[in-house]
Amino acid sequence: MFEPKMICFYCKWCTYTGADLAGTSRMKYLPNGVVLKSMCSSRIDPQHILEAFKKGADGVLIGGCHYGDCHYVTGNQLTHNRVAMLQKILPDFGIDPHRLRIEWISAAEGAKLVKVINTFTEDLRAMGPRRSK
Amino acid sequence: MEKIGVFVCHCGLNIAGTVDVKKVAEAISGYRDVAHAEEYKYMCSDPGQNLVIKAIKEKGLTGLVVAACSPTLHETTFRKAAQRAGLNPYKVEIANIREQCSWVHDDKALATSKAIKIVRTMVEKVRGDSPLETIKVDVTKKALVIGGGISGIQAALDIANSGYPVILVERQPSIGGHMAQLSETFPTLDCSQCILTPKMVDVSKHPNITLHTYSEVEDVSGYVGNFKVRIKKKAAYVDRDKCTGCGLCSEKCPSKNNSSEFERGMAFRKAIYTPFPQAVPNKPVIDRENCTYFQTGKCGVCAKVCTVGAINYEQQDEMIEEQVGSIVIATGYEVHPVSKFAEYGYGTIPDVIDGLQFERMLSASGPTEGEVKRPSDGKTPKEVVFIQCAGSRDPEKYFPYCSKICCMYTAKHAKLYKHKVHDGQPYVFYIDIRAGGKKYEEFVQQAIEEEKVVYLRGKVSRIYRDGDKVMVCGEDTLLGKKVEIAADLVVLASAITAQTDSRELAQKLKAAVDEFGFFSEAHPKLRPVESNTGGFFLAGAAQAPKDIPEAVAQASATAAKVTALFSGKYLEHEPIVATVVEDLCSGCRICVPACPYGAREYDKEKKVARVNEVLCEGCGACVSACASGATQQNNFSDQQFYEMISTALEESNV
Repeated sequence: MFEPKMICFYCKWCTYTGADLAGTSRMKYLPNGVVLKSMCSSRIDPQHILEAFKKGADGVLIGGCHYGDCHYVTGNQLTHNRVAMLQKILPDFGIDPHRLRIEWISAAEGAKLVKVINTFTEDLRAMGPRRSK
Repeated sequence: MEKIGVFVCHCGLNIAGTVDVKKVAEAISGYRDVAHAEEYKYMCSDPGQNLVIKAIKEKGLTGLVVAACSPTLHETTFRKAAQRAGLNPYKVEIANIREQCSWVHDDKALATSKAIKIVRTMVEKVRGDSPLETIKVDVTKKALVIGGGISGIQAALDIANSGYPVILVERQPSIGGHMAQLSETFPTLDCSQCILTPKMVDVSKHPNITLHTYSEVEDVSGYVGNFKVRIKKKAAYVDRDKCTGCGLCSEKCPSKNNSSEFERGMAFRKAIYTPFPQAVPNKPVIDRENCTYFQTGKCGVCAKVCTVGAINYEQQDEMIEEQVGSIVIATGYEVHPVSKFAEYGYGTIPDVIDGLQFERMLSASGPTEGEVKRPSDGKTPKEVVFIQCAGSRDPEKYFPYCSKICCMYTAKHAKLYKHKVHDGQPYVFYIDIRAGGKKYEEFVQQAIEEEKVVYLRGKVSRIYRDGDKVMVCGEDTLLGKKVEIAADLVVLASAITAQTDSRELAQKLKAAVDEFGFFSEAHPKLRPVESNTGGFFLAGAAQAPKDIPEAVAQASATAAKVTALFSGKYLEHEPIVATVVEDLCSGCRICVPACPYGAREYDKEKKVARVNEVLCEGCGACVSACASGATQQNNFSDQQFYEMISTALEESNV
């Protein structure tokens, strides 16, 4: 079976803590992603995402706080805009925009994190390896 | 070259049960710049920490990766250990191989291979980390309190009593706020003036408090610890130093038909006036709009009768500049005016008043000297209808929130009315009774059972005038019946709203407000008295509707926060802030609006963007906004991300 490689950018306050909660709750999920932590999802530059695809990632996940809950007030709105913009132009790079996913996962949503990782991994498996068109 | 030490923790079997820790340590030794790698059963224990310290000292390590539990648990532990061994704490990173690896995966081979990837990415991070020092900021140990109601008074007194100077700014001619207008307070029915006025006097006499009444905050610049504030002292046309407060000017002033703000339009005041007899300071101001001298150039009676020559028609607004370290926002609330309610006659029926007007009517020092007389003809009302939730809990037409104090003050009003008009009958229309608080429920029950106040569950749909009666049509939803009461007086428990200009003030202060104009707290549970903007604290109803005990408690809490801020030699700030490489900056200014804290500014002379390190909270939003890579974040640089990304995607070959 094809095992996709994933980069998961988590913000420190919500999604990273949510992932910790999944751990302390001993929930299980697929091990395909490697987590990179930033203080806020708004630190994630579209160039970081492109770099991940360039270096062979099959999927990129951005995890941030829910709207209104951002530790830095409006950071997640910036992230949302940047990701939405990038998803529009990803096909120009020959990359299926579904390979880039953004999810709001709070520090209390360990279960949601598990579901997101598992479904994203399954979706990427179904999409198969990435090759340039 | 860096010399990085990697320490892999077993955490008993918590990690070692799923991850082959020996294999992780082996795989990482010999990896880029890794000079030392070992594993141990419990890294966080004393022997574990000693291993770390020993290796730093013996091998001269320049960076550390501890592969263990989540950084929320032991990042501080290992940073402190590193510091003890002489290594900069910002050169220490945690590779989270427990919560995000061993505990969430079952397959040992996959978990081990993932753990190696995690450790490698953190080695890359440490390679790029700079040794940082916390940012130290000097603090001006002086506070500004905006608003002189009970919250502002309490905050000012508490800070002043802790030994720090306080500037209290109040825009009305006197401090006291809404509490000075109240007759008696629930649930004890003690007189509001009697408990408030001594505190007002304390403020005016306190050696650490500078009081600026009839003044407003014009402008605030700077940041936590170092604010520059401009305060506009409005011209009162009275020399406050010369004035003795004898009151002769007000007595002789011929302009007498000006609606009194303090009496909420239920009485008149002169053009030169103090809002109420116990005002602090007890010195009058001239209302220019209604002053005969200012409007026609003729009169000048006040100047003629003043024995000390305190009247000065030439007085101008004065600007005062102050430096403060912290600001308490205690600007209070307003009551939604009766004139906004269509269903209650838009304020056209004189015998429909709001709760604050009824307070003035009940007050011994009020326009009726405490007698209940209806505004239209001065008759004693025999049937009074109180309507709760007038504007509150009504998302379609007015405000969705609960104003919190109305259930209690309506019960109080009904009781006080019965105490004054023994044969009168009060009715209360309510949605629910919310009487949470010490002795609150008992207070309401007593009104119902002992004072025979009739509580009707339902909303009032319409009020109209019929002769000298006010007809109130509603529904008793418990009986499912229509109710019509021919009342003599209707009192609306109008919604508590934010000050109508709270948004303008918030803009001046760069503090956040919610959709209703109430100031937003940094965290609804854990930081309820702090604003999101550093150095600002919130007291009283400026943050949300609340009663006197809550407002006082919150005010004291802000004072504790302010004094804590002032207690150190300087403020310490996390150094993971944004930085600018000036040579790369094109001066495009895209970073400025990306910052939610106003920490990014444009240097017009050098034509480059700057970072105010003290205001920067280290989110990195501006860094990703920067197109030229001129802005970077300490220890979260683009270069670090790129290295970590490629490392995370490398095959681990195990």
